[in-house]
Amino acid sequence: MTEPAAYTEKPADPWHLAHHFSSPQQQFDSGKLGIWLFLTTEILLFSGLFCAYAVFRANHPEIFVYAHAYLSKPLGALNTMILIFSSFTMASAVRAAQLGQTRWLVRLLAVTLFCGGAFLGVKFIEYKAKWEEGLLTGGDYRPEAPPPGAVVPPEQKPAAATAKPQAAAPVQGLVIERSSIPPAAVGPSGLSPQWLANTPAHPADRWHGPEPYNVQVFFSFYFVMTGLHGIHVLGGMGAIAWVLVRARRGEFGPRYFSPVDFTGLYWHLVDLIWIFLFPLLYLIT
Amino acid sequence: MATTAFDETPPDGIPVQEDNYLTHRRGIASWLLTLDHKRIGVMYLVTVLAAFLLGGIFALLMRTQLLRPEGLLFHMTPESQDLAVYRPFNQLFTLHGVVMIFLVLIPGTPAALGNFVLPLMLGAKDVAFPRLNLWSYYLFVAGALLAVVSILINAADTGWTFYTPYSTERSAGAVIPLVAGAFVIGFSSIFTGINFIVTIHKLRPAGMKWDRVPLFLWGLYATAVIQVVATPVLGMTLLLLIVERLFHVGIFNSYYGGDPLLFQHFFWFYSHPAVYIMILPAMGVMSEVIATFCRREIFGYRFVAASSVAIALIGFLVWGHHMFPNGQSGPLDAIFSAMTMLVAIPSGVKVWNWLATMYKGSIVLLTPMCYALCFLFLFAIGGLTGLFLASLATNFHVHDTYFVVAHFHYVMIGGALFMFIGGLHYWWPKITGRMYNETVGRIGCLLLFVGFNLTFFPQFIIGTHGMPRRSASYKPMFETGHVLSSVGALVQFLALLLIAGCFVYSLCRGRKAPANPWGGTTLEWACSSPPPHDNFDHPPAVAGPYDRTAIAWNPALGGYERTGSPLPPGEGPGVRGASRS
Amino acid sequence: MASYSGVETAAATGAVEPAGLGHVVPLGVLAAVWGGLVVLTALTVAAADVDLGNLNLYIALAIAGTKATLVVLYFMHLRYDRPFLLVVFLGCLGFVVLFISLALTDARAYAPSLVPGQAPAMKDVHTPFGTKD
Repeated sequence: MTEPAAYTEKPADPWHLAHHFSSPQQQFDSGKLGIWLFLTTEILLFSGLFCAYAVFRANHPEIFVYAHAYLSKPLGALNTMILIFSSFTMASAVRAAQLGQTRWLVRLLAVTLFCGGAFLGVKFIEYKAKWEEGLLTGGDYRPEAPPPGAVVPPEQKPAAATAKPQAAAPVQGLVIERSSIPPAAVGPSGLSPQWLANTPAHPADRWHGPEPYNVQVFFSFYFVMTGLHGIHVLGGMGAIAWVLVRARRGEFGPRYFSPVDFTGLYWHLVDLIWIFLFPLLYLIT
Repeated sequence: MATTAFDETPPDGIPVQEDNYLTHRRGIASWLLTLDHKRIGVMYLVTVLAAFLLGGIFALLMRTQLLRPEGLLFHMTPESQDLAVYRPFNQLFTLHGVVMIFLVLIPGTPAALGNFVLPLMLGAKDVAFPRLNLWSYYLFVAGALLAVVSILINAADTGWTFYTPYSTERSAGAVIPLVAGAFVIGFSSIFTGINFIVTIHKLRPAGMKWDRVPLFLWGLYATAVIQVVATPVLGMTLLLLIVERLFHVGIFNSYYGGDPLLFQHFFWFYSHPAVYIMILPAMGVMSEVIATFCRREIFGYRFVAASSVAIALIGFLVWGHHMFPNGQSGPLDAIFSAMTMLVAIPSGVKVWNWLATMYKGSIVLLTPMCYALCFLFLFAIGGLTGLFLASLATNFHVHDTYFVVAHFHYVMIGGALFMFIGGLHYWWPKITGRMYNETVGRIGCLLLFVGFNLTFFPQFIIGTHGMPRRSASYKPMFETGHVLSSVGALVQFLALLLIAGCFVYSLCRGRKAPANPWGGTTLEWACSSPPPHDNFDHPPAVAGPYDRTAIAWNPALGGYERTGSPLPPGEGPGVRGASRS
Repeated sequence: MASYSGVETAAATGAVEPAGLGHVVPLGVLAAVWGGLVVLTALTVAAADVDLGNLNLYIALAIAGTKATLVVLYFMHLRYDRPFLLVVFLGCLGFVVLFISLALTDARAYAPSLVPGQAPAMKDVHTPFGTKD
């Protein structure tokens, strides 16, 4: 076996080659593998949220069908278009860097950054609307009005205001979830007929009022999922801004464009996640 | 080749390496801002050992409490309904778990030993992303500090598993800083995993094809895959826990329409593969130690390598076995039980191959080999008792009893920790450039083994008799078992003090180590002890990872050296069709 | 810092293999993919207005999956990259599918035993935004 070449720094080594890599190609390939592994971790991070979403939607579809009407489909579709366009400009920016077209690179990065800002702006409008309408998570869910398009039979409204306390009142303390043990006897020492009357036999009859129980669960998902996504958009914008500064200095070209490439991959991932969030949150029928 | 080399006192005049990674640049800033994987590994080691001391103190306090049925430190009576009496013990087992798992075992072998050894074993100059490596270390420290802050404010009492809704609703402790600390440490783990995978893929020298990669690196590779895939789910789980505790969003609490069992699915999807993060590097160390100290190549190299990957992958399919009696549905119980039985098979393959390597080998019973023998015995017990837990019928009886506690301590301490200490002994000459006293080392190993068995074997017995875990007091029928256990804990503590003393003495007075004192065949032994700052001037010639023809004993050095005449590529261990030497 | 301004006159369209690293995606391909994504987005919004029961969810997911495939293959360059990266990405998706499918199986299996709407009314819940009574 021939003696491998020594690790000497050749004069022709470019400035961007780190000391522990033997060639720019090796450095680029390593960086690419590294960023894809990082994207893997990001996908798995969001997969937890998608899993929780799947479990809740499977068990309580009525909450999602009812509450998604509070969300504005046009704004959601606008956000989707903004992000898709920004993905296109980002991919074009990487291409410009590879071809050494520095002016186009800077312009395209700036447009991508602007689109990210626009996305966050639309999100801010949506969040503000939710705050004003009292549509928050958990204990803060106090809707001012039912969602647009919901059927609200007027005669049931007063009953709805007292429906929850009434369902809880006949039973002492907390209501326990039913198990496979046969139901208790009805009578003075058991369950009251009122409680039984309020409990639908079939899961499909859960929604027996103008508003299903626990609608706030939907908004928990909405805020956590879009909020975490928004934080990632913000982080991506920071990375793009830094790459933009370096691009204006003329650091990128056909031989060295990996920061643009890898930031672009992250930005596409952010777009990918939104591609799935949009139909799952906004387009439920 | 002489086999009694270690008994000989090496001659004077072993050339002292003038510039090594320890002396390359001095000053605190050169350490805190270093990009050198060796220095980062040493910093990890110091932090991990400090955390180990902390976790050990919590354990000793618990065992002291459990010396008496009604409790020695916190007196429990049947009348004490006040939560305040129970809380301190609950805090102790929570912190012991969090510290030992997140601050000691998860980073232990991969980050402390792996960071140091990985690039050296590849003949590389550093890991693929040195700055990311430093970030990993600082995230680890930040997470550890957050955990310490939470301890100082009001330690959590939820158990290291943070089950909802107690952790999100009722617990009065500083749960959020502790959980945030674990979240941050998760990122440290992820970045280390990314670094290792890319380094092993891209920075292998020419000639080191996948079937010539040392088995420690296969173990680290499988570990890194788990770190990258599983840890983000932990991140999401902890994030949702924090959000739930702050805003009561209701995802994990049926009071608000949520699902507590969902939290457990999320939590164990990470935490089960996490135990494989702890054990796979230790198994990698096993392969290295056994190959070196039995003077042979590892029997069934390909099977051992494949079993590392198999454990990593199958380990993702078994998380539900932590939730059998918790409300999980029947079909899923059955699936997880079957998968858990399946994951035992690759572990068995490894144990078999190590035993076959030892058979008719020239065994040298130095300290690392003693730890390896202990591992075989203790891991076998731990693994077999795991099968009792995998089987649904028995699980329902021993779930949340001391049987489970004993099982996981056998695999975690008897497996992971023993080989962490064994690996530390093995690579100590390389890391510090000093030898340690063999006699003291072996006594420490024996004492630790005795103490460990004394602590945890009685726990199997009281567990099957019904002693529940996480309990500050117990019925008098369990007293004998608990007293034996507590005495054993004390013996372990003394053993660990002895081992620590052995290392400290070696740092002060140990004789200088040659480049290759043990006759290791992997590439990290080809550079001096301690290694120079840049590791290698030339990428070393690559032989098969356990090819003993590539090294020879040199009396002048007091150690082994590479002969420079390795087998040509296409021959040697691990290559199909080649005859075994 | 080294500057690459002299290369601006390089070919601007068409697949180019410069003396650099990696393949350059033609601008036409990128624009076509963007057009496809816009069309699919409009399609999914329109499909949401048609009530097809359970099928709606699957149609929406199928369209989202198609969009995702386009982004991953062309924008993220996976079509032209080393095959190992595809292995990494598909492996990741495999773990996601594993996680979601097993948790969902569990949830569906115990769904019949859920008592609908029986979580009690929330009282005295303290959150950073106030107290719900």
